[in-house]
Amino acid sequence: MRGPRIGRMAFGLIVLLMFIFLLAPVVLVVPMSLSAGSTLEWPPPGWSLRWYWALLEQREMGEALRNSLYLAILVTVISLLVAMPACLALARGRFRGREALLALLSLPLLLPSIVLGLALLLVFVQFGLLGSWTGLIMAHLLATVPYALRVLNTALGTLPASVEEAAASLGAPPSRVFWRVTLPLMARGVIATAAIVFLVSFDEVVITLFVVGPQLTTLPVWLFHYVEARMDPLVAAISVLMILFTLTLVMVLERAIGLRRAVGSQQ
Amino acid sequence: MTTVARRTLPLLPLLVVPAVALNLLTFLYPMIRLLSLAFYEGFPGGGIGDELSLAVWQSMLEDDFYPGLLLNSLWTAIQITVIALVCAYPLALFVHRAPARWRNILVVACISPLLLSAVVRTYGWMLILGDAGFVPSLLRAIGFDPPRLVFNATGVVIGLAEILMPYMILSLLAGFGRLNPTLDEAAASLGAPPFTVFRRVILPLSLPGVLLGCLLVFVLSVSSFVTPKILGGGRVLLLATEIYDQAIVTLNWPLAAALSLVTLIVFGCALVAYGRIARRVELGSA
Repeated sequence: MRGPRIGRMAFGLIVLLMFIFLLAPVVLVVPMSLSAGSTLEWPPPGWSLRWYWALLEQREMGEALRNSLYLAILVTVISLLVAMPACLALARGRFRGREALLALLSLPLLLPSIVLGLALLLVFVQFGLLGSWTGLIMAHLLATVPYALRVLNTALGTLPASVEEAAASLGAPPSRVFWRVTLPLMARGVIATAAIVFLVSFDEVVITLFVVGPQLTTLPVWLFHYVEARMDPLVAAISVLMILFTLTLVMVLERAIGLRRAVGSQQ
Repeated sequence: MTTVARRTLPLLPLLVVPAVALNLLTFLYPMIRLLSLAFYEGFPGGGIGDELSLAVWQSMLEDDFYPGLLLNSLWTAIQITVIALVCAYPLALFVHRAPARWRNILVVACISPLLLSAVVRTYGWMLILGDAGFVPSLLRAIGFDPPRLVFNATGVVIGLAEILMPYMILSLLAGFGRLNPTLDEAAASLGAPPFTVFRRVILPLSLPGVLLGCLLVFVLSVSSFVTPKILGGGRVLLLATEIYDQAIVTLNWPLAAALSLVTLIVFGCALVAYGRIARRVELGSA
């Protein structure tokens, strides 16, 4: 049994190294955010909370954060309002071209964001939507609605239509079937969709880069330009806050339907 | 029962209208406009010719820069895909074999980085690979002269391989679903050494997941933009970074549109290749 044991230890070591590789960039941000230095030198020359305090003085960043939060909330609500009915129609309706419609609605998910962003830029220039709230919301909906449809579709797929038919056969009108039967039964799916859509919108950077203007920017775009121009631990501090925020939403997702199903459904 | 259900149907399809309208406005129309723009002449500064022309394509083919750009993008994406596969495979196998109550936690640990902003994860790699970063400092401390790891292709490949690894892990886990633990136990109990079990049982059964993961990571690395831009420091030129530069900096929109079309063609070719190989693998294992 000597051979297998050495083999198993080697395998364990490789797995450990790969876990470190996978999580290192996220983990190392934490000590760097506590650095007293003003460059990204390792190890930090001392420890302090100065970069967290520095965050409070970043007026532009605060504005970008507020924009991102408003945007993500609006986009989440609109995505649900658009995707929920569409999902019901596609899952429960019997009409021609359903498959084709679902494919068309999911297609933006398969295409590169950089191409989608450029396409929106060209059209927004034409209609004067660059750097406007309308433009930003439309751009984010392009990214979020296909996600919402996919996750809702998975949730609705696990719900047998016979339950709804039973309610309907007992005389419930369609609207009551939806509010009293369908929606409560897929509540977890709706929560998961909201969490995923919120995160996708809050983190969206590539498409957004093409449609923001000098007056209106989002947090990821601000961070991108900041990191492009200079490197200091300030971004580490904001990163730690974003990691904590993401972790909270990950736990919501995991509780609601399981992260693997929520994320995996994008393929 | 069915009559009641059927009575509710006529209006139901209408519920899809808002989603389709949104799709037409933000996707179909912009994409058609983008693709048609690739066949007009472009002038830096936002000028667009009046007539259909192949001028953009002609200038791209005459200039050595653009074919080189395409090859560089493909080569970078292939390197990233191979590294991501090699790193993700043992991890996914470990997670798949872990006891059920651990498996969930491990899966969450492996794929939750996906939900974090690409800017943050790229910045994390800057901390590790930057000139005064974690790895160069470590190498210096043990007496090596560290090579430059950022603002060149090395940094982009390492960073993107890690950033896209969760997609590979997800695909591999989906592929391992057909792997029954009793199978490799059976092979081992018949006297097969561990490596033989891996080569003859585990690897062939996991090939569909490997293929799917490779497809995903390949197309995502061809189209990724944030990481090459930051870790490449403007010195690593790929299709995606060139699309951005032409669209935002030079304002040569027809050229940016033509490069987008090239990217979409690469996507299409990858999909076709995937379909062919996947079919052969399915036939081979059946």
